[in-house]
Amino acid sequence: MELEPVIGFEVHAELKTRAKVWCGCSTAFGAPPNTNVCPVCMGLPGALPVLNEGAYRLALRTALALHCDIPPVTTFDRKNYYYPDLPKNYQISQNDKFLGKGGYLEINLGEAGVKQVGIDNIHLEEDAGKNIHPEGTAVDYSLLDLNRAGMPLLEIVTKPDIRSRHEAHVFMNSMRSFLKYLDVSDCKMEEGSLRFELNMSLRPKGSEEFGTKVEVKNLNSISVVLKCIDAELERQGAVLAEGGAIIQETRLWDDVEAVTRAMRTKETATDYRYFPDPDLVDFEVKEEVKQEILATLPELPVARCRRFEEQYGLSAYDAGLLTAQRQTADYFEDAVRLHNNPKGVANWIMAEALRWLNERSGGEEGEELTIEHFPVPAPAIAELLRLLDEGTITGKIAKQLFPMMIDTGKTPSVLVEEKGLKPLDDSALDPIVEEVIANMPKVADDVRNGKAKAIGALVGAVMKKTQGKANPATLTPLIKSKLGVE
Amino acid sequence: MKITPELVEHVALLSRLELTEEQKAQFSRELSKIFEYVEQLGEVDVSGVEPTAHPLPQKNKFRPDEVVPGLANETALANAPETEDVYFKVPQVL
Repeated sequence: MELEPVIGFEVHAELKTRAKVWCGCSTAFGAPPNTNVCPVCMGLPGALPVLNEGAYRLALRTALALHCDIPPVTTFDRKNYYYPDLPKNYQISQNDKFLGKGGYLEINLGEAGVKQVGIDNIHLEEDAGKNIHPEGTAVDYSLLDLNRAGMPLLEIVTKPDIRSRHEAHVFMNSMRSFLKYLDVSDCKMEEGSLRFELNMSLRPKGSEEFGTKVEVKNLNSISVVLKCIDAELERQGAVLAEGGAIIQETRLWDDVEAVTRAMRTKETATDYRYFPDPDLVDFEVKEEVKQEILATLPELPVARCRRFEEQYGLSAYDAGLLTAQRQTADYFEDAVRLHNNPKGVANWIMAEALRWLNERSGGEEGEELTIEHFPVPAPAIAELLRLLDEGTITGKIAKQLFPMMIDTGKTPSVLVEEKGLKPLDDSALDPIVEEVIANMPKVADDVRNGKAKAIGALVGAVMKKTQGKANPATLTPLIKSKLGVE
Repeated sequence: MKITPELVEHVALLSRLELTEEQKAQFSRELSKIFEYVEQLGEVDVSGVEPTAHPLPQKNKFRPDEVVPGLANETALANAPETEDVYFKVPQVL
């Protein structure tokens, strides 16, 4: 019996505000411990939360971009549980009148087409503080930093629409790309500003019914989520193969053993006793605010990718690569506006710029470099392509110029002048061609006797002698005329 | 609604309260009475009435997204029962 996974995610994204969600404390990452704190986010008695309008608008912006229904009134609830990083002993969240319901995120599965992953709801809540566990055997305590407590956190709960590890991978990358395009979150997984919690069950392929799901926490990168999916495929598959039953529970990822472990039942007692937070008033979602936000939504990755394919004639793969980050797509379009050769520009960006960035970034989970870090600006790439297309420089010279542009920051035209890299004209080439023919009489005879392909050796020899400064387009006819062949 | 000693125990656990057997029995009795009293509200027909999340007529109370300086670290830690360096010190979690 072939089993298929049924996967949904709870996505947590810290919103990109200046201040926390209920107070004016700074959200800056990396501040000294317990300095971005005040009576509100430390949960001191009598302190009252007031909703940060910036956080509310970013949350609404995300909900609108995900095509959610926006109920007319949204309210906040208390989710009660005890943990040292939660100073109030409750988290202000939403459990009833969510900010957004329904909706979907489009993910591009390449040849399998575009898939809509449904959104169950999207709601605004607060992040918790950070526990620090000092090293050492005699240590029987934890330390607490409340700088993160009260940071605005957006939770996006998907429907169980994902059916494979690959789809899960594409979904996570797409969600990150989407949130970055929207400019609502930094999405730095290494800093915890974007987190994925996995809900997963298995069922016989083709079945309509859902199996029993487990929820997995403590997944701090996309690659860890993927490892966890593999581990759960194996674990749940083995249980089901023996005729056993999956227990609905929350499990923790153990990165050392690469398995999930059940939490103790005490910890999973999910009796949160939600009730409306009396400290916060109701929020009516005004139509004009919605319209204002809708008017500022950017073109999103999947739509932009589709347009790149149609408008610029790029392959789906290339368009996907160029639109994965908004900065890359902007860079591409800036360059194409200056020199209308989309395929040429695309190739140079992918082969040179993205390769340069990949070599320097910290991988999928590390610091993400964008094309803004690339030393060659879009106009310089456009100029390079223009020089190439106009025949002012050869392809070989263009390849030589590129590292110089990176190192010096100079434009290609300036470098061509400085280094004397313009192609030689026929009068300068004439003596060189004659010399090469004189040096390679056997090859020259072959060409004269009809072995057309042999001319390549002569072209190569001239190129070598001129250090690539002969234009191959004019060079071949010149050699032919010298040899008296057509 | 009868609040059984078992329910009292459950709620006490969720609230991290340690109760004696006598207290469980006592709270079971007292809370049952309170619930019975409140249940009189059930006689009112509220079909078609939206649940009230909040009694105040005020809506949409926002603060601007502006940073206000927080407390100095010493002040923040001043009332903590235990601290270490710049941190709050709490019983071990893990």
